Amino acid sequence: MITDTAELRINPVIKKEFPLCLRTKFINNPASIETYLSIGGYEQIKRVLKNKITPEALIEEIKISGLRGRGGAGFPTGLKWSFMPRASQGDKYIVCNSDEGEPGTFKDRDIIKYNPHQLIEGMIIAAYIMGAKTGYNYIHGEIWGEYCSFEEAIKEARAAGFLGSNICKSNFNFDLHAVHGYGAYICGEETALIESIEGKKGQPRFKPPFPATFGIYGKPTNVNNTETYATIPWILEYGGQAFSDLGVKNSGGTKIFSVSGHVNKPGNYEIQMGMPFKDLLDLAGGVWNDRKLKAVIPGGPSTALVPAKNILNATMDYEGLTAIGSSLGAGSLIVMDDSTCMVKTLKRLSYFFYEESCGQCTPCREGTGWVYRIIKRIVDGNGKPEDLRLLTDVSKKISGRTICALGDAAAVPVLSFINHFEKEFEYYIRHGRSMIGNTHD
Amino acid sequence: MLSIQSKNKIDQELKKYPDNQKKSAVIAALQIIQKEKGWLSNKDISLVSQYLEIPEIAAMEVATFYNMFDLKNVGKYKISVCTNISCMLRDAEKLVNHMKKKFDIDFNELSKDGKFYLKESECMGACGGAPLITINNHDMYENLTIDKFDEIIEGLK
Repeated sequence: MITDTAELRINPVIKKEFPLCLRTKFINNPASIETYLSIGGYEQIKRVLKNKITPEALIEEIKISGLRGRGGAGFPTGLKWSFMPRASQGDKYIVCNSDEGEPGTFKDRDIIKYNPHQLIEGMIIAAYIMGAKTGYNYIHGEIWGEYCSFEEAIKEARAAGFLGSNICKSNFNFDLHAVHGYGAYICGEETALIESIEGKKGQPRFKPPFPATFGIYGKPTNVNNTETYATIPWILEYGGQAFSDLGVKNSGGTKIFSVSGHVNKPGNYEIQMGMPFKDLLDLAGGVWNDRKLKAVIPGGPSTALVPAKNILNATMDYEGLTAIGSSLGAGSLIVMDDSTCMVKTLKRLSYFFYEESCGQCTPCREGTGWVYRIIKRIVDGNGKPEDLRLLTDVSKKISGRTICALGDAAAVPVLSFINHFEKEFEYYIRHGRSMIGNTHD
Repeated sequence: MLSIQSKNKIDQELKKYPDNQKKSAVIAALQIIQKEKGWLSNKDISLVSQYLEIPEIAAMEVATFYNMFDLKNVGKYKISVCTNISCMLRDAEKLVNHMKKKFDIDFNELSKDGKFYLKESECMGACGGAPLITINNHDMYENLTIDKFDEIIEGLK
């Protein structure tokens, strides 16, 4: 690991990985508490409690770091934590959202698998800052192995005195529990997740009130992504400025990119924000089978598709991806080579949103099904000339008319796929078959 | 009746929540019973609701909402295969066709010997290992090829 941040200021963009949330990944037995302690783990919570550092000072440090929520929305973490009414009496909760179900996203799984204690320490610090006594880590039901291993990590931390009553003999109490989903994408939405923890269907709530005032059981609750919490111990160890310096303007620090699809080495790559797309693609081994890059979804299907020509000179950070008409999302890079049929790919994504719509809001419940059926009939060879206009029209009428962002997300692939590859859709409708000589049929 | 073992496991889950919020444990409780019995009958769901002291409909709502719950017999081995985008791009469809042929069933069907059930799944959050499956919800197998899949199935028999 690079510890000399002065060197980084001189050469801010380094063409390699920078393991920060995943900093134990390359050590033997990475997930054990001994490994985490050996790299200075749990020293930050000890220091905070011993020196009675004030929550205000810690929030200030996090604000300096420029850390933005890593779950996809990119909201500044320091600001968010300042919204919690930490001085108010009564129960307060902090929740870690490890319900990764956005296609192409699998970074939180690796944090839990390789470095669970850094996440736990981050959550303890967050609980101290926000005055919470109880925390939950809500883990995607499908990654059952990680749910079980996180339970073990909690036991280790409790046995070592970092969870429970009187942590580090400071009179500070906090306990953490692992809970699991059981197959519902929508539970990654924070208010649906809260409903799920309450033992209900995962149907999002109206906001406001926001979770900071009305969360689990109606109590103040802070929900953040796994990667966000796991970053906190590093920020306190090296300072907010050092973290900010790792990235670029408005995108401080590092980010784990989950790279999947048509690359030689799919996997998670934790890099400094602002790395050129080309370098990240190189890290992932480049496009497979010596094929050409056709398009990329940079942040999961809720972010707009970008054709190869637009992304080749882009940088991987919030502004870099906004500048090319997409966004960073959760850092879920889905790579497509030139054998990919965009019509069939969109059909699968549309099915996903249709299947996962919770059914609460009519535009989303009905609209996602409508969109899927239109694309399905195009793929079945029964498309009509007016279908593209209809798809665009229906999608625009879902967007912005629902309680949560799933409706908006469902519209994004439809509009961006058609926008960039309209000819492919027109060809399919006219000829009843794909214009791509698809080797993946 | 719920078994003593199941009740003990549910009690462990209840410790995660305030005493007056037993409902919070419903997903975990249904999971525990499904794991024990293979799938959830209406009777099972009713027993869970009684144990947690919540209305039966509240447990039923949860059982029907979360798609890893199985409300009918799914055989000895339920194979869930992800066909979402990252798996699709890495030829999940070829794997699916192979499975269907091998067991002579379509999605949501049980093989004639009652052993295998196929389910199409949404993203499991492990796309770096695409294509992938889970068997009986909890055991994940990644980076599959047709040969590797056949080996796994051979190991189950």
